[in-house]
Amino acid sequence: MRRMAVFFSGPAGCVFLALIILGWSNFFLRAEEQFPILVYMLLVVFLGFVANLLHLDDSFRASVAGHERLWDLCLIIVMAALIWLFREDHYNLFLLGSIMAYSIAVLGLNVQLGYAGVINFSCASFFGIGSYTAALLMTRAGIPPLPGLVAGGVVAALIGCVLLLPVLRTSGHYAALVTMAFALLLRVFLDVSEWFGGPQGITVQPMSLFGLDFSRNIVFGETELSFYLKYDAAFLLLLCLAFSLVRRVERSWIGLALDAVRSDETASACFGVNIMRWKITAFTLGNFLSGTAGAMYAMMLAYISPANFTFADSLLFLSILLLGGIGNIRGVLLATVFVVLIPEKFQVIQEYRYLIYSALVLLMIVFRPMGLLPRRPRVYSGGRA
Amino acid sequence: MDLILQFCMNGLMLGMMYALVAVGFTLFFGVLDVIVFSHGDTVMIGSFAGLAMYWWLGSYYPELAVFWMTLWVLLAAVAVVALLGMLTADAMIVPLRKGPPLNTLLATMMLGTVLRESIRLFFPDGSNPQTFPGLLPDWSWQSGNLNLRFDNIVLFCSGACIIALVHLVINRTRLGMAIRAVAQDEEAAQLMGVNFRFIVLATFALGSSVAAFAGVMNGMYYNEINFGVGLLLGAIGFSSAVIGGLGNVYGAILGGFIFAFLQTIGVVVMPFASAYKDVFAFGAVILLMAWRPTGLIAEPASKRV
Repeated sequence: MRRMAVFFSGPAGCVFLALIILGWSNFFLRAEEQFPILVYMLLVVFLGFVANLLHLDDSFRASVAGHERLWDLCLIIVMAALIWLFREDHYNLFLLGSIMAYSIAVLGLNVQLGYAGVINFSCASFFGIGSYTAALLMTRAGIPPLPGLVAGGVVAALIGCVLLLPVLRTSGHYAALVTMAFALLLRVFLDVSEWFGGPQGITVQPMSLFGLDFSRNIVFGETELSFYLKYDAAFLLLLCLAFSLVRRVERSWIGLALDAVRSDETASACFGVNIMRWKITAFTLGNFLSGTAGAMYAMMLAYISPANFTFADSLLFLSILLLGGIGNIRGVLLATVFVVLIPEKFQVIQEYRYLIYSALVLLMIVFRPMGLLPRRPRVYSGGRA
Repeated sequence: MDLILQFCMNGLMLGMMYALVAVGFTLFFGVLDVIVFSHGDTVMIGSFAGLAMYWWLGSYYPELAVFWMTLWVLLAAVAVVALLGMLTADAMIVPLRKGPPLNTLLATMMLGTVLRESIRLFFPDGSNPQTFPGLLPDWSWQSGNLNLRFDNIVLFCSGACIIALVHLVINRTRLGMAIRAVAQDEEAAQLMGVNFRFIVLATFALGSSVAAFAGVMNGMYYNEINFGVGLLLGAIGFSSAVIGGLGNVYGAILGGFIFAFLQTIGVVVMPFASAYKDVFAFGAVILLMAWRPTGLIAEPASKRV
């Protein structure tokens, strides 16, 4: 028993865990009947229970914490393997793409709320601003997709700057109100504005890179691969970039300053931390990430409407963050997978999904307020933050 | 001139409704320092409870006089919503007070979603808008473009009476004194023998009853209720309470009328774009917040380190 625990707290733990994730996701995504899907979901609970019983959860945690590079590599390989396994399956590839898009946006929200403590109830709005910017620039101004993608992020960050003054001057509930008002305002605006396509929305041109059109299936002789494969590859690249950016920020002195601002503004101001500067940095960076994710997501959807970016969606993003554990970016990725996948696959609850899932978050906040995988406190010695 | 008067009437009517919602927000904030965002959906529940009562009366006592009908509808709405409010406070908000305030806000938003979805899924035909009975006689007085409806005047006056009543309860009764004491300093109030739990429950019952009235008023004014109205009403009530300054009942009333005024101005100034009225109103709220970060009647903001 002891030997097993030691074995799994080494590099083997990461590999084993990654294999389990790969296997489970493969079977879960392939399942189409409701009963096997339920069985797979219960299997997760069962596996967690068994791991807890054998005291293996601690060794896995130690393994992941001790071999971060290996674990990151494993996760990337798992994702790439999944994308490859479903290379002909439009629907599952689309789901994987959505998961990655949401993850990037929630990473942005995490920088704002998890690190700097800037409340943002309009994450979906910035996601939407990115989408609409890319769509309009490409259809109306004929700008190529790659600059459109960057512009999505930049415009989201710039519009965020307009909100900065009220967000920075206010705090607590008042700041929450400002962002909420913005979310409602934007939704109504997109709904009634003719130029932005009104409630019907607008079509978006597909991504194309170096002459490679993302909206065509890939044909190799006999086999035909889904065009979503290209989007998923691009999303995987974006997600890796965003993840390493956020992780670098967290580990650097910037992350330290952001943590200081979040935990006590007065104290950190006394020690010479420029509060305004860090709040602005975090808010803008977060909006940039959400906007970029939104731009790419719009290209994958090929069609966007205001109904995609409501206040309820902002709440969804916030709940993902809360479920995963505020500030813990790995937990956030995990939570995104569950929040996006389960209602899509488990169609029985489709109609009741908002009900079930807001009730779940409610219970979560009452009984486990730090999230499923709470962020560990920083360790200042040993060179690892 | 007539048209302007008509806009004023509509604006006042809306303002009264918003003020009634905002009073709840500000009362809860005063006592517990939390924002109960599900309050907007509580209003919606109130109107649906009233409607259910009306249906029930209609099938069992169809000959009941309109006055008694109205009274029963109101009573049903108030009873259901006051119970709901007390339950929310006791089961959710008081236990959550130890955590960060954001959690409470998010939890109440989720509760709002739960309420909204429950009505949509479990109320008969709840996903479609429901016709709400007028109940009051539809006398009206027409002059040029001005159309004064009797039921609107009754609704407005009773709204004003409710606000006056809340004012009296808070300023003239022992209960009100206890509420103010808890709002000022919870621990000191408890040392003086105030029963904290009772006061919290009483405040939630009071605020929610006012919301129930707003819900019935909303239904009678538009003659239609919709499960999704709670989100916008909640946001408007929250905005109104915040514009006025949280924790201040008069601020909330002022804020409610300011918000309605902004919406009306949006319609009057830009008749070509009346669909943008909410954009205009929420934009103005954001600007107001940038100008006065803690509301027009500011809450005393000193921070002990």
